[in-house]
Amino acid sequence: MSAALLIEQLLNGLQFGVMLFLMAAGLTLIFGVMGLINLAHGSLYMIGAFAAAGVAGWTGSFWLALMGALMAAAMIGALVEMVVIRRLYDRDHLDQVLATFALILIFSEGTRFFFGSLPLYLDTPDLLSGPTTLPGGIEYSKYRLFIIAVGLAVGGGLFWLISRTRIGIQIRAGEADREMIAALGVDIRKLYTMVFALGAALAGLAGAMIGPIQSVEVGMGEPVLILAFVVIVIGGIGSIKGAFIGALLVGLTDTLGRIMLPQLFGMFMDASSATTVGASLASMSIYILMAGILLFKPSGLFGGQS
Amino acid sequence: MRRETILNLAIPGILLATALIAYAMEEPYIITLATKAAILALAGVGLNIALGLGGLVSLGHAAFFGVGGYAMGILAFHAQNYMPIWGVLEGTKSMPIIWLVALIASALAALVIGALSLRTSGVYFIMITLAFGQMLFYFAISWPTYGGEDGMSIYLRNDFPGVNTLVPLNFFLICFAVLTVVLVLADRLGKSAFGLALQATRQNVARVEAVGLAPYRLRLVAFTISGAVTGLAGALFADLNRFVSPSMLSWHMSGEIMILIILGGIARLSGPVAGAMLFIALEYVLEDLSHYWHVYLGAILLGVVLFARGGVVGLILGREVAHD
Amino acid sequence: MTEALLQTRAICKSFGALEASKDVTLDLRPGEIHALIGPNGAGKSTLIAQISGALRPDSGRVIFDGQDVTALTTTQRARAGLGRTFQISALPMEFTVLQNAVLGALGQRGRAFRFFGNVMRDKALLARAEEALDQVGLAEFRNFVTAELSHGQRRQLEVAVALTLQPKAFLMDEPMAGLGAEGSHRLTGFLDELRHRAPILLVEHDMDAVFALADRISVLVYGQVIATGTADEIKADPRVREAYLGEEDAA
Repeated sequence: MSAALLIEQLLNGLQFGVMLFLMAAGLTLIFGVMGLINLAHGSLYMIGAFAAAGVAGWTGSFWLALMGALMAAAMIGALVEMVVIRRLYDRDHLDQVLATFALILIFSEGTRFFFGSLPLYLDTPDLLSGPTTLPGGIEYSKYRLFIIAVGLAVGGGLFWLISRTRIGIQIRAGEADREMIAALGVDIRKLYTMVFALGAALAGLAGAMIGPIQSVEVGMGEPVLILAFVVIVIGGIGSIKGAFIGALLVGLTDTLGRIMLPQLFGMFMDASSATTVGASLASMSIYILMAGILLFKPSGLFGGQS
Repeated sequence: MRRETILNLAIPGILLATALIAYAMEEPYIITLATKAAILALAGVGLNIALGLGGLVSLGHAAFFGVGGYAMGILAFHAQNYMPIWGVLEGTKSMPIIWLVALIASALAALVIGALSLRTSGVYFIMITLAFGQMLFYFAISWPTYGGEDGMSIYLRNDFPGVNTLVPLNFFLICFAVLTVVLVLADRLGKSAFGLALQATRQNVARVEAVGLAPYRLRLVAFTISGAVTGLAGALFADLNRFVSPSMLSWHMSGEIMILIILGGIARLSGPVAGAMLFIALEYVLEDLSHYWHVYLGAILLGVVLFARGGVVGLILGREVAHD
Repeated sequence: MTEALLQTRAICKSFGALEASKDVTLDLRPGEIHALIGPNGAGKSTLIAQISGALRPDSGRVIFDGQDVTALTTTQRARAGLGRTFQISALPMEFTVLQNAVLGALGQRGRAFRFFGNVMRDKALLARAEEALDQVGLAEFRNFVTAELSHGQRRQLEVAVALTLQPKAFLMDEPMAGLGAEGSHRLTGFLDELRHRAPILLVEHDMDAVFALADRISVLVYGQVIATGTADEIKADPRVREAYLGEEDAA
């Protein structure tokens, strides 16, 4: 494999990892603060993508579409929190799983009802279309670089928000002790709605940004949701840092595995069975990574007690 | 007789009666639906051992359902193509052998997945079982020998000694008999020493340890039995459709098996049976009503979770306690 | 002097900067009740957790019945003959009282991997369970669901379950808490007899009970044992008066 191809794949893995981080950060924040497992997080990703496709179709502007997606996901997130989710905080995990699974059914069919079953496509904005030349003469997609940059910026922003701001202090306090911070006069209901909406906005942003790379369709959020779970299991629940490291690990493992495993098996197998075995193993590689980490650290790389 | 005992007899009785009446009225489609309900109920009874008795919220039981389905598919595929497995093992079209293989294969899968997943608990466990389920799903998609993404068809339903399985009612009766046997065994399991210890792990792990029992082993055995029963249901499901595909392994399948337990009533013996019947009936009625019937299913599920925990059996029995 | 049945040898445990156990050495001898007292936050719960197996000490060892059990799990220690009760009742709340006692008897017998026979019709287990319920005075409540029991009755059930284990030593974490005067008087009489079956390491806040029952008392303050002795010795010990009773007076 040439160095150029390897770097390209590394960047693809990074871009994928950054997308996963946007999903996983919201999930892990919501779990850490409210103790809620939210299967419908993938639906918010889907809503972001559809909102972006809708706004882009209407205005023709990618940037407005991105804004629209953020706002739509945050608003629907806040609404869902107020109507359904807040009834689930004191319930056991089983009820949370079932109720948020029910939300998936409702959101998926609802989206199908409004947008139809055909996939939609988002155009890459002119500013970001085509490749750019990286130092060392490697050509790489501008748009994917844009995703990586946005993801890293959002990650930095989250770290700053959690560790430096007043809201962040409240969020961390909420993780530690619900009653205590309520006693200190923080409006815990409003805080929870805000955290949920923030998580939803991150998912919506991820969904909107993936639009120009993948088709926008019902059910697109679920594979990403499950990968985000793998990320959280690897990184440790409630840890933004863990989500970041886990997301990059999963993104790189998945992307590089798909390229390298078939080549690896090609060294001692005929080409077609190498492709078969390699592809099958690559599809399982991140789960094997997860199982391996579980063996040594059952509560994830940066997790406390499970 | 306790009301729950009466329900435990009545609910499967309704299922049997539905199939017999459909036979008398020459409605083979209804018989097929009843068969599907019996099979899904069986899968639910399997999951309920882990979920209801053990409190293990597994979102990956489709993995075992699918392993059972593929066990059937692979054996029948080799038999119908007269092509031994790895050149040595003959395939088979005989249901009892297929069931045995499905039981063993899914039990092994559950043993391995359980051994890893049960190192954790709570929300980690949910995510990990979901992830392992997804792993098998992607493996089935990317492994082309048995149809990959498209799945594979089995041309003729498999054989059962002395029974013409092509007659819909006969196949229903086979599935119903399997369900009945498993219900009886599950009932005894719940009341056994193992059942007591397992239910204690759900309610208070510290107590179980303090009396000198090992929660991990109890849970792992429960998870394995649970996976095996769900795998058996998978083999029957594949036989019903004469088709196996990765969709049997998808996490929607896991969700549906869990939904029917909740609709029926968790930790109740006949809960999964009531739930499966209700689920199939809803599907039948709502699908007619609207192309987007999952919206209604979602709304009903949300309503049950938020306002009617305990499901159908719970509604009928009120607050009667679920144990002897 | 008789050989100790249960011993902690120089146990240390810290959580960050907090030293919850500092060099704790204690022993429990056959036939005695050894009470462990100390103000809130003295590290009693942490110590109990290390003896029962829920926590590993950072250093030091736990010896039980001549065997180093420091590396054993809670389950293994229970099987070795350590019967404990919990400070906050740890009982399966959906079970009946009898089911809870049968669970204990089942744990004592082992062989939990029996899948077919009805455990609630197992004569040997039932006999042991009912005997234990009888001894703590819960026999007539056997068919009550545990969640319906009063706080005091749950405390009694805790003790009954420990009895079904027929342990070599008891580890009791505040069995009197919330019992009321009559209840704790009854239990005091019962424990007084029980010590001859197996010695009891007793963590207790009820000082009347402690002074009435304990052969020896150890006082834990800030993770350290500051004194061990008979009731009279402890009452007279100036360090105890200063560190422990003094604080109580001040409060």
